[in-house]
Amino acid sequence: MRLSEPLVNTIVLAGLLAVPLYALVVDEPFTITLATRAAILALAAVGLNILLGIGGLVSFGHAVFFGIGGYAMGILAFHAQTYTTLDLAVFTTEGTKSMPVIWLVAMGLSAAIAFLIGLLSLRTSGVYFIMITLAFGQMFFYFAISWAQYGGEDGLSIYVRNGFPGLNTLVPIQFFGICFTILCITLFLKARLQASSFGLALNAARQTPARVETVGLNPTRLKLLAFVISGAITGLAGALFADLNRFVSPTMFSWQLSGELIVLIIIGGVGRLMGPVIGACIFVALEHFLGGLTEFWHVYLGIILLCIVLFGRGGVIGLLTGKVGAHV
Amino acid sequence: MSEPILATHNLTKRFGALVATDDVSIDLRRGEIHAIIGPNGAGKSTLIKQICGGLRPDAGRVAFNGRDVSHQGTAERARAGLGRTFQISELAMEDSVLENAVLGAIGAEAGAWRFWRPALKTRALIDRAEAALDRVGLADQRHMRCADLSHGQRRQLEVAVALTLAPKAFVMDEPMAGLGADGSKTMTGFLESLRDEAPILLVEHDMDAVFALADRISVLVYGKIIATGTVDQIRASKEVRDAYLGDAA
Amino acid sequence: MSTILVIEQILNGLQFGVMLFLMAAGLTLIFGVMGLINLAHGSLYMVGAFAAAAVAGATGSFLLGLIAALAAAALAGALVELVVIRRIYNAPHLDQVLATFALILIFSEGTRWIFGSFPLFLDIPKALSGPVTLPGGIQYPLYRLTLIGIGLLIAIGLWALIERTRLGIQIRAGENDREMIAALGVDISKLYTFVFALGAALAGLAGALVGAIQSVQVGMGEPVLILAFVVIVIGGIGSIRGAFIGALLVGLTDTLGGVFLPEFFKLFMETGAAQKTGSALASMGIYVLMGLVLIWRPTGLFGARA
Repeated sequence: MRLSEPLVNTIVLAGLLAVPLYALVVDEPFTITLATRAAILALAAVGLNILLGIGGLVSFGHAVFFGIGGYAMGILAFHAQTYTTLDLAVFTTEGTKSMPVIWLVAMGLSAAIAFLIGLLSLRTSGVYFIMITLAFGQMFFYFAISWAQYGGEDGLSIYVRNGFPGLNTLVPIQFFGICFTILCITLFLKARLQASSFGLALNAARQTPARVETVGLNPTRLKLLAFVISGAITGLAGALFADLNRFVSPTMFSWQLSGELIVLIIIGGVGRLMGPVIGACIFVALEHFLGGLTEFWHVYLGIILLCIVLFGRGGVIGLLTGKVGAHV
Repeated sequence: MSEPILATHNLTKRFGALVATDDVSIDLRRGEIHAIIGPNGAGKSTLIKQICGGLRPDAGRVAFNGRDVSHQGTAERARAGLGRTFQISELAMEDSVLENAVLGAIGAEAGAWRFWRPALKTRALIDRAEAALDRVGLADQRHMRCADLSHGQRRQLEVAVALTLAPKAFVMDEPMAGLGADGSKTMTGFLESLRDEAPILLVEHDMDAVFALADRISVLVYGKIIATGTVDQIRASKEVRDAYLGDAA
Repeated sequence: MSTILVIEQILNGLQFGVMLFLMAAGLTLIFGVMGLINLAHGSLYMVGAFAAAAVAGATGSFLLGLIAALAAAALAGALVELVVIRRIYNAPHLDQVLATFALILIFSEGTRWIFGSFPLFLDIPKALSGPVTLPGGIQYPLYRLTLIGIGLLIAIGLWALIERTRLGIQIRAGENDREMIAALGVDISKLYTFVFALGAALAGLAGALVGAIQSVQVGMGEPVLILAFVVIVIGGIGSIRGAFIGALLVGLTDTLGGVFLPEFFKLFMETGAAQKTGSALASMGIYVLMGLVLIWRPTGLFGARA
């Protein structure tokens, strides 16, 4: 059976929406939380996929942005809930419990850090790039651990989920709605971006940087901007993830998380619009069901992953649509 | 005669003990095809890279369109109007023929900082790309994946992408490489028709093509230009025959 | 601050550095010869440590433990190479990253399955425990000093192997021209398996040696792996000499930064804040070092590849 890619895409989004709605009817709030988790991880991976799928850059440090988003939420909410002042030298703030503000801060900070990391990492390519992004991830991880003011190794707990005007974010289905809407908007914007001049040039820069240069474009700048956009989206996902758990800790910066984000994309299919979404759904499902069966479910994840790499290029979307995916 | 559109002045590049480019001064005049020939390892690729911006010379400079471009990168020189084709096709193999040509159009038109409008639905880009594909005879293949093209078609697409930029001068690295006799003939005819549009600095191994096309020929041996002249002068040159044609024959 | 403390910390940095070298040497060899980025190298470090702890625990002999570490890591390395790695030598880096990431998951959780989640302990052998007095009256743990010695010996041994033996010639040829060495009649797949197993054995040895001063637990390999990456990015991928210099630089920067940065900040800050700022910055020290090297030389100190 071969399905067209748009059909698969629609089915995936409809499925991701249907599961929590069904859970709402039969009153299983935990399933809604799982679906929310999948939507947020998908969002983070959509961000990474701009860099990995279109730009062909294997960032093994994307947890940096997930973590920055998380800590942006954690720090702002921490000051708001303790009624303390955050002194940033240029100005002071009392923190905030408003999601939109937190999201903007998370995206802005992630973009700025992505710019700096990208500037350095893009001096190199290939294996160097992988190792350097991994190393930067580790740098933030250790920094977060030593940052005693915000919980150090133990992290920060936020007592009440942050608010969104007009909604009650404490109701699981409403918070899911927020995350799902953001995911859909981001997917739409990503599709536009990919088809735009920028997307076309970035896609060419992955395959043939020398050609891109000889038509007068600068491949490094294209990749740098892709890095920044990618970082900002993953940062937004980090802020949402922190709100889902009402908790941030250095593990949001961990290299395992960076690896898992890549894994999500590969399971779904590299360079596909919905690859990260399918990947995230499968990942969360595996985590839940295999994790329920055995404590050592990562062994099975490892084996599945090995099989995909050795035998099945193109991921799940590749299998369903019968097309070979983009190569990196 | 007007000032040359492209000129190198005393270019020198060393790799350790090897002098890859040795005090090379050549120029490309308006309306001409200037061929550079030389045995393998003569330093042709190194020379091209220095002209187009991928490699910085140890000494000497490159002037293009009346300006010193020695310190500009590849992209800047391309924007100034230097169109280049590669010896081994540099194309986005996963993309369609049209997308490859549109890439050139993006470079020529507004640049890549457009994030909203689909490139393949932007009239100006499509028109420019299709005009170039038309000229090289690839209009019918525009929706084919580049990877599915024949070798000859890829060579044509190489030229088409360069054409979208409407360059002031071409630098072509062995456009005949790997083409059969028929393919070479077609390409030769096509380059002939291009001459009026923009002059061509042509690095080529195919002597039939070179003798048919070139107004002037420079012979590069061990990084040094040993002779520059018309086809007849080069054919008559004993030095050239000893150094190059001699051991080629 | 006393001279003794400074010298002590320099020795600690050296000890850390040479152990990092054992990890980085294998990684950089494997990349240089086979073009493979191996994330599972940290797992082999862990395998060595667990094998040493288990065998030393059962027999009471540290030396047997070390032999077991070498053997187990080399065996695991050879096995992994035969089953998985040799299928991905020519694959894109992304595939290599994923496959070796999958191996980490399998190794880590597999080890947890067998040994449980609690750390094992590996005791320093009696003969090497306790301090030794160095010239100038400095008391320094004999075991750590031994580690420095072993690390330096292995560095010399590796250098001799690569520069002075037939096998070394083949390895160097493999870095430059695979077809050539295959044409010369060298069995390239055996050579690859050997190089991989050699790298694995070095990682396993490092795991066992360090396991005696830290605890032996699942996940111990990856932080070291990432540091080893920093080392070879600084030194230049594929260069053993670069790995050695890079390892010492990273070892010294990390150790000295951790001790002296807080002290430095105490000069102009109050103690508590200085401690916090200093240790936070120290944790970033080696990455700053890496960044500086990259700005200066994008392919590392001794890297040739563009």
